[in-house]
Amino acid sequence: MSNAAATAAVPSYLQEPKGIKSWLLTVDHKRIGIMYLAAIMFFFFVGGALAVILRTELFRPEQILMDADTYNQFFTLHGAIMIFLFIIPSIPAALGNFILPLMLGAKDVAFPRLNLASWYVYVFGAIFCVASIVLGAVDTGWTFYTPYSTTTSTSVISMTLGVFILGFSSIFTGLNFIVTIHKLRMPGMTWFKMPLMVWGLYATAIIQVLATPVLAITLVLLIMERVLGVGIFDPAMGGDPVLYQHFFWFYSHPAVYIMILPGMGIISEVIACFSHRKIFGYKPIAYSSLGIAFVSFMVWGHHMFTSGQSEIAAMIFSFLTFFVGIPSGIKVFNWVTTMYKGSISLETPMVYAVMFLFLFMIGGFTGIMLGALALDVHLHDTYFVVAHFHYVMMGGTVMAFLAGIHYWWPKMFGRLYSERWAKVTALVIFVGFNMTFFSQFILGAQGMPRRYYSYLDQYQPLHGFSSVGAWVLGIGFVIMAVYLTASFFNGRKAGPNPWGALTYEWETLTPPPQHNFLKDVVLTHGPYDYDKVTVVGDFYDKSPTDKQHMAGKV
Amino acid sequence: MDTTGTLFLPPQNSTIASEVDFLWDFIYWASAAFFVILGVAIIYFLIRYRRRRQGELTSGKSHNVPLEIAWTVIPTILIFFVFVWGFQGYLKMQIAPGDAMEVKVTGQKWFWSFQYEEGASTVNELVVPVDQPVKLLMSSTDVIHSFFVPNFRVKMDVLPNRYTHLWFEATSTGEYDLLCTEYCGTGHSEMIGTVRVLGEREFTEWLEQAGGMGEGMTPAEFGEQLYTSKACNTCHSLDGSKVVGPSFLNLYNKEQMLTTGQAVVADENYLRESILNPQAKLVAGYDPVMPSYQGVLKDQQVDALIAFIKSLQEQ
Repeated sequence: MSNAAATAAVPSYLQEPKGIKSWLLTVDHKRIGIMYLAAIMFFFFVGGALAVILRTELFRPEQILMDADTYNQFFTLHGAIMIFLFIIPSIPAALGNFILPLMLGAKDVAFPRLNLASWYVYVFGAIFCVASIVLGAVDTGWTFYTPYSTTTSTSVISMTLGVFILGFSSIFTGLNFIVTIHKLRMPGMTWFKMPLMVWGLYATAIIQVLATPVLAITLVLLIMERVLGVGIFDPAMGGDPVLYQHFFWFYSHPAVYIMILPGMGIISEVIACFSHRKIFGYKPIAYSSLGIAFVSFMVWGHHMFTSGQSEIAAMIFSFLTFFVGIPSGIKVFNWVTTMYKGSISLETPMVYAVMFLFLFMIGGFTGIMLGALALDVHLHDTYFVVAHFHYVMMGGTVMAFLAGIHYWWPKMFGRLYSERWAKVTALVIFVGFNMTFFSQFILGAQGMPRRYYSYLDQYQPLHGFSSVGAWVLGIGFVIMAVYLTASFFNGRKAGPNPWGALTYEWETLTPPPQHNFLKDVVLTHGPYDYDKVTVVGDFYDKSPTDKQHMAGKV
Repeated sequence: MDTTGTLFLPPQNSTIASEVDFLWDFIYWASAAFFVILGVAIIYFLIRYRRRRQGELTSGKSHNVPLEIAWTVIPTILIFFVFVWGFQGYLKMQIAPGDAMEVKVTGQKWFWSFQYEEGASTVNELVVPVDQPVKLLMSSTDVIHSFFVPNFRVKMDVLPNRYTHLWFEATSTGEYDLLCTEYCGTGHSEMIGTVRVLGEREFTEWLEQAGGMGEGMTPAEFGEQLYTSKACNTCHSLDGSKVVGPSFLNLYNKEQMLTTGQAVVADENYLRESILNPQAKLVAGYDPVMPSYQGVLKDQQVDALIAFIKSLQEQ
C-alpha cells in the first residue's frame, strides 16, 4: 500500500479527464455513480421538503397551508419521488455503481456504456415524473390503484410513463451488476470471498431484472386503460380493479427488497470494519439475502388481506410472509454477534449502523404484527403501516445509505467531513425520526387511517408531536447538507484507508484513479480477515507528518 | 371487556376485539423482549469492546452452530404461533354466524349509506343492536373504499365490481367512529361515519321508526316490497306455481282444505293468523315449516301484506 509517492503523479477520476463533456459522456462507473448520487440527493431533498410541508399541514386537523386536493397531490409526489426517484436507485445505482467494481478489483462494470445509458434513461424518466407536476399533479397515491387512477382527471399518464421509463434504468443497472459480479471478480476472489455488500447487490440485481418488467406491463396496461379504454381493470367492462393490485404488488413487494437488501450489505461492511472483527455468519448472511430475494416474489398478497381475496390465499401469503422475517432476523443476530469481542470504534458510519440496528428491529417486529392476519385487518391502511414502512425504508435503508455515504465519502471525494458535526447530526436525525414515526405507530393502532388530509380531534396531540419530529428531522438533514458541502470543498484530505478496512476498494488511491487500480489486484486476504491482518486506519492520523497512515499489514 | 383502551389500542367494543388484542399483546411483549436483549447486547458490546489500542488483531471466530440453530429455531417457533393465532382470528372474522342480521352497505364518494331489510335506510350512520351479530354486505358505486371501525377491530375493502362482507357483534352500546381506509380522492378524510349501538329494545323501536311504513306507497305496494324484503318470495310464488308454500295468486277468498279435513276461506283473518301463527291452520299437502312472523312484522306491515295478496286476483 505504499503508494504515497505515486499519489501525486496519478490524477484521480475527479481530476482527469477535464470538462463538462467528459462527465456527461463518461463511461467511468465512478463518475456515473457520482452523477447518480447528485440526481438522487436532489430528489431526496425535494421529497423530504414535501414531507415536511405535509407534516406541517397535519399539525392541526383544519387547513393550515393547502386544500385537500393539493394535499393529495403532495403526498402522491412525496411517495412517488421517494420510491422511484430516490430509494430504488439510491444504494445500487449511486453507491453500488461507485463501489462494486472497486470491491471486485475490476476496472469498471461489465457494460460501461449500458451503465451510462441507464443514467440517461433515469433522467429521461425523471423528466416525465416532474412534468406530471406541471400537467396537473397526480393525486392517486404512489400505488396508482384502479379504478381511482383510471377515473381521476390528473396527469396519471405522464407519471406512470415516467415510472415505466425509470424501470428500464433499474433493469440496466441490475443486468450490469449480475454480469459484473459473475465475470469481473479479481483472481482469487471466489463467491465466498466476496464482500457481503456484493452479495446484497447481487440479490438486488436479480430482483430488479425479474420483477421490474411486471411493473412495466402493469403501468402500460394502466395507460392503455386510460387512453384506449381496454377495460382490463374496469368493472363496467368486465375488468377487475383488484387484478391491478395483484400486478402492482407482484413488483412492488419484491421492490421493497430492492430497497433494503443493498442497505443490509452496507451494514455488513460497516459493522465488520468498525468492529475490526471477522463477520459472524458470513454464509448465513449471504444465503439469507438470496433467500429473501426468492421468497419476496411470493408474498405480494399480504398487501391485500382486506381486499376480498380468498381466505386460503390470505393464509398462504401470511405464512410465506413470516418466512421473509426469519432471514432478516438471522442477519440482525449475526451483526450483533460480530460486535462481540471486536475492537469497536464508533465513528459516524458505525453510529448510523447502530441506529439502523435499533430502527430496523422495530420495523421488523411491527412487520410481524402486520403479517399476522387477524391483527393486519385492524392495522391495514392506518398510520401503523405508514410508521412500519418508514422504520424499514427510512430507519433501515436510509440509515444504511447514510452509513454508506459517510463510510465511502473519503474514498469518493478524497476528503473527510467534520466528525463532530456528523455525530451531532446523527443524533438529531435519530431523535427526529423516532418523534416523527413512533408516534405514528400509536396513531395507527388507535385507528388513524393513512392518506387523510384532515382527522378527528382525538388524534391531534400525536399528529402535532409527529409534525414537530418532522421539523427536527428536516433540520438534521440541512445540517448534513452543510457539513458535507463544506467537506467537499475544504475538508481535511483523506488517506487511502481511513477506517483500516480490508475490502479492496481501500487498497487503491483516494480518490481512485480513472481505472481504479494502478496495477492488477489479486486477492491476498479475505474481506473480513481481521483476525489475520490489521491495518491502522489513516483517519486516526491527526498529524500529516506522522508516517503511521502508511502503516502496512502486520 | 376493556372499554378504556390502552396506550396503543382503542377500547374493545366487539366480540373479536379481545382476540385481536391478545395477538397484539403476544407479539408486542415477545418483540419487546428481543428488542431489550439485542439492544442491551449492542450497547454492552459498544462499551466493553471499544477500541483501546490501534492495530490489534481480533478473534476469528465466525461460527457457532448451536447458537445459530437457536436463533433460527426459536423465532421460527414463535412466529408459527403468531401465524396460527392470526389465521384463526381471521377465519372468525370471515365467517359470520348464521343468525346474523344483515345490512347492505354502499360506499360512494364520499359517504356511506345503509339499507336495512326492514326498509330503513340511513346515511353515514349505521345503527345496530348490541350483543347481536351483524353482517354487512358491501359494495361501491365508484372507486374502492374500505369500511373500518377501530373499536371493533374490523375492516374490509368495498369494491365496485363485487360484494364483500364483514361481520361484527358489538358488546356495548355507544357511538363508534366509522372510517374509510382506502384512499378515494378529495373527500377521503371526510368519509367518516358513526356506528350507533343500541340496546335491543331501543334498536327495535329505532328500526320501526326509521324503517318507515310505506309512506308514499299504497298498502299493496308496501306489501309487495315486504314480500321480497321479508323473504316471503322464497316460498310463495306469484304465478300460481307450488313452491314450499301455497302461491299467493288468487289466494284471497279461496277455499282451502286443511290437514284436519276442515275447509276454510282464506279471508283477512285467516291470512293474518297464518302469518303470525302459521301452524294453526295448515293447508293440506304442505309441510309445517313456515316460521312465525310474530314480532318480526308490525301490524301495519301485516296489513300491507294482506293488501298485496288481495291485489293478486286474476280477473
